[in-house]
Formats: sequence, C-alpha cells, structure tokens
Amino acid sequence: MGIWIMAAVTFREAARKKMLWMALAAGCAFLILFGTGLHFQAKDFARHGMSPILRREISFTMLTMALYAVDLLAVLMTILTSVDTLSGEIASGTIQAVATKPVPRWQVLMGKWVGFVGMLTAYIAIMVGGVNAVTYFMANVTARHLLSGFLLIWMESVVLLSVTFAFAAYFSTLTSGILALGLHGLAFIGGWIEQLGAITQTPRAVTVGVIASMVMPSEALWRRAAFEMQSPLANAMRVSPFSTLSVPSMPMVFYAALYMTIALAIAVRRFSQRDL
Amino acid sequence: MTRSSDLAIRTRGLRKVFSGKVAVRNLTLDVPRGEVFGFLGPNGAGKSTSVKMLLGLAFPTSGEAEILGRPAGDVKARSKVGFLPEHFRFYDWLTPAELLKLHGRLYGMSQGLLRERIPSLLDLVGLTPHRDKRLQEFSKGMLQRIGLAQALLNNPELIFLDEPTSGLDPFGRRMVRDIIKAQRDRGATVVLNSHLLGEVEITCDRVAFIKDGEVVETRTLDIEAAEQNTVLIRACNVTAEMVKGLAQWTSSARYDGGRLAFSLSSNAVLPEVVRYLASAGADIYEVAPQRLSLEERFLQIVGSDRGM
Repeated sequence: MGIWIMAAVTFREAARKKMLWMALAAGCAFLILFGTGLHFQAKDFARHGMSPILRREISFTMLTMALYAVDLLAVLMTILTSVDTLSGEIASGTIQAVATKPVPRWQVLMGKWVGFVGMLTAYIAIMVGGVNAVTYFMANVTARHLLSGFLLIWMESVVLLSVTFAFAAYFSTLTSGILALGLHGLAFIGGWIEQLGAITQTPRAVTVGVIASMVMPSEALWRRAAFEMQSPLANAMRVSPFSTLSVPSMPMVFYAALYMTIALAIAVRRFSQRDL
Repeated sequence: MTRSSDLAIRTRGLRKVFSGKVAVRNLTLDVPRGEVFGFLGPNGAGKSTSVKMLLGLAFPTSGEAEILGRPAGDVKARSKVGFLPEHFRFYDWLTPAELLKLHGRLYGMSQGLLRERIPSLLDLVGLTPHRDKRLQEFSKGMLQRIGLAQALLNNPELIFLDEPTSGLDPFGRRMVRDIIKAQRDRGATVVLNSHLLGEVEITCDRVAFIKDGEVVETRTLDIEAAEQNTVLIRACNVTAEMVKGLAQWTSSARYDGGRLAFSLSSNAVLPEVVRYLASAGADIYEVAPQRLSLEERFLQIVGSDRGM
C-alpha cells in the first residue's frame, strides 16, 4: 500500500512542480522542430527526383538521429528529475515525517521508484511514439522494431534511474548527479571506442568498450535499440553512425537487467539501514 | 517496579556514535504511559538524536530502546506514534488538507475517517482559513501548526514534539499547551523537546536533564511530589514553642520578621505542617513552597557558560 501512496505522491509532485508539463512542452517543441526539418527534406526529395530507396534511407537516418536525441533527452530527464528525490529529502529533513509513519522504508523508496518509472515510461512512449508518428506521416517510415527499440530505451532509463537512486541513498544530490552522469559518460565514450575499434578492426579497443558497458550498460542498450530500429539496409551495409558495427548482444541486455536489479537492491538496503 | 508494558519509553544503555563522535553516551530512561515528559539539555547534548533513535530514524550503535512495549522503529509501534520534527519540513507543494490526507493514508486511515478528522484538526490548530493555500506560502508558525496537526492525526498513544512552540506567537503557545493537556487527559504520553524552560515547567510532569548524551537527573515537576523544597510562610503570632514543635517535620525552621522558613523532604507533608501552625494559634497569610526553578537547576547542571 505504501508503495502506491508514495508513487502517487511522486507523480503528483512532478505535476505540481510543473516538471511533467515542462518536459512535455519541451518534447512537443522537439517534435515540431523535427517535423519541420523532415518537411523541408521531403520537399527537396521531390524537387531533386531522388530514388525511393535513397529517400527511404535518408528518412530512416533522420528517424534514427531523432531517436538518438530522444534517448539523450530521456537519459538527462531520468537523472535530473530523480536525483534530488531521496538525497534532497534526507538533507532537508522532509523524509523524517514520512519515514516515521508505519510504512517500511523499502516501500517509501520503491514507491518513489515506481512513480518515476511511470513518468519516464509515459515520457519515452510519447517521444518515441511522436518521432515515429512524424516520420510515418511525412516520409512513410517507422522504426523497424518499434516496440523492442522503445523497450530498450525505456530499460536504459530505468537502469539509470536505479543507479541514481543507489547513489542518492549514499551521497548528496550534487554528488549523486555527478556520479550518475559521469558513469553514463563513461559508457558513452566506451560505446564509441567499441565502434571505432570495430571499424579499425582493433579487438583490444572493442574489449575496452565491452568493459565500459559492463561498468555501466546504459549506452549498450541504446546501441541495441538503434540496431533494432534503424533500416535493415543500414544494418546490413554497416554505414550508419549508430551501433551496427558492434551490436550489443542479448546477454548484455540480460546483464543490464541484472545490473538494474542489483542497483535497486543496493539503494533499498542502504536507505533502509542509514540514519535519516 | 514499573512493568515494561506500562512504559511508553524504555531505554537501556542507548549509545550512538557518528564517525567517532559520541552523540549519545549511555541513555537509560523510563517514561511511564500517560506522562508529559520533557527532554532538557544544551545544544549537542543528544536530545534530538535520542528522539531519532526512539522513532527509528537513527540506528543505535549499542543499547536497547523500546516504545510502547515494542522495539524502537518497529513499524507496528509507529502506527501509534505521532511526531512533530524540529524543522517541520513537509512537501510544500501540498495544501494543509492534502498533507494531512497523505500522512493519514500512510497511517492506513480510511478515507471516511480522514474526511472527519482533517477538518477538525485544521480547526484545532487554527488553519481552517488557510486550508486551500499551499504550504510554500505558509509562515514558520503556520508550518508548525500543520506539523502539530499531522502529529495528532492518528490519535497517537505516544507523541514526540520537537520544539513545538519555537515559531509560535503567545496565542500559538497557549494552543500547544492546551493541546498537550488534552492529549494527557485522553491518556497519551507526550515527549517534549524544548529550549523554552518556562513552557516545559508549565507543561511537563517530569523532565530529564541530558548532558553529553547521558541523563544527569530526572526531576518531577509535580508540586505535591516535589522533593527537598524550601517553604516560606508569612505568619504572625508564631512562638518559639511552635518553631520547636516543627522538629517532627524539619530541623531547619527559622522564624524572623514575620517569615517562617524551613525545608521539607517532601511537599506532601506541607498541609499537615500548616494545620499544626494554625491550630497552635499562628495567623497565616501566605504559604509559598520555594521550588528551585528549572532554569536555575538547568544552569547548575550544564554550567552557566554554555548556551542551550
């Protein structure tokens, strides 16, 4: 019961503080910008008499770029919105009135987590769905495996959320934010090292990338998502800047799920055992 | 001997160390149910840490603590506890009614019960006219009032009030005193942490002086049961024989300039002494037990050079 009460409070807080509405407004602005760009692109296709295959591939690339931007927005949204919820309330003492109620602490934490998962799910669904709707109506193109891609981006967000919670159970808001973003940055660089290693056929660089993905699997999930969503031709020809040269395997996806579970368990354990 | 089940609070050798610094050294305390109990001590004496350990917000390094017969921090025990935190920080994007509803739901209270309880509590703490404002618009005193309402929401058996009057005007202070009295009358135990010794003196049945994380002294504030008091009686027609006759109760009686002064081991015998003097022919105008004020005793214990 405590979980649902805290989840509802978290949702309500985001709405009252206008976080939810601002995120949606920024998302709409993004979709309008993307739609405008695609509109002009489509007009040029007609003017230059471009072949349908090339048109389709360019539209697919634009779709993947937009999804990449959505993925980055989701990463930032996840960390920035959730980083203060535990450490901020602990630092201000707001948590004291809640933690002295007859609700186990793990339920307080899980309630907040569920609330954020709900909000981020809605945000990612709207943004991924919106981008695909725009490309569908303007260029008749949608992601190859839309649901898999959505779920992988969603999972990336939930992994980061759990990691942010784990840091916030130990450290201050600022430190937790720096650590979570820093860890994602590490995965991001690792991902590119892995890609470049694959292009230049440098196995040791690929290994460095894989190790970075083990340390933080968030970026690997995006690269798997990009593989699932972008055009079959781009995947086959290995010409896209996104992920196709070294695709994270399904065991990496399962590893990410395990990673998330462990991060959440650490957050619960620490929050349940620490002084407030 | 008091049985454990009759105690609202029972601690034995409670100790808390933060990064090598001892916050609470050895807290051993019994607070019977139904008592209004004051925690007194200078800043850093360990009062708030002790309360936090009793509420399960902080975990003891060693020792035992029980509230309402269950281990401190136990989820079931918390359903019968109310708490007003010192800094009364709440979700300030809520209105007072919404805050009470949230906390009521965390207590597991039904919607129907909350519909009855919330308006009456808002009325009790004088916030009905502000029920639709958000807490971020509230003054310190108003936040303290809503915090108090929140602490009373579940009709708790044990209420911890940490500095409940620090932000309140005299009307607010009177309100808190009345609320504490009403809670005692319905049988609740109230633990009061306050720097305002005058408030504590008026409100509490008993106080514990805490210094360096230890209870240095507990002292009853009930005048009848008070120990070792000096009594000053303004009277005429007191003879030397009468003064001698007081030897059965006191060895320190002195009569000088219409004032008879003596000390008693307990105020309980004072009415008997007064009856004796009156029947022996003394004209009594005033009987004044001279209790050492809480502030004087506080300063004696903690030393006058230390702030609170």
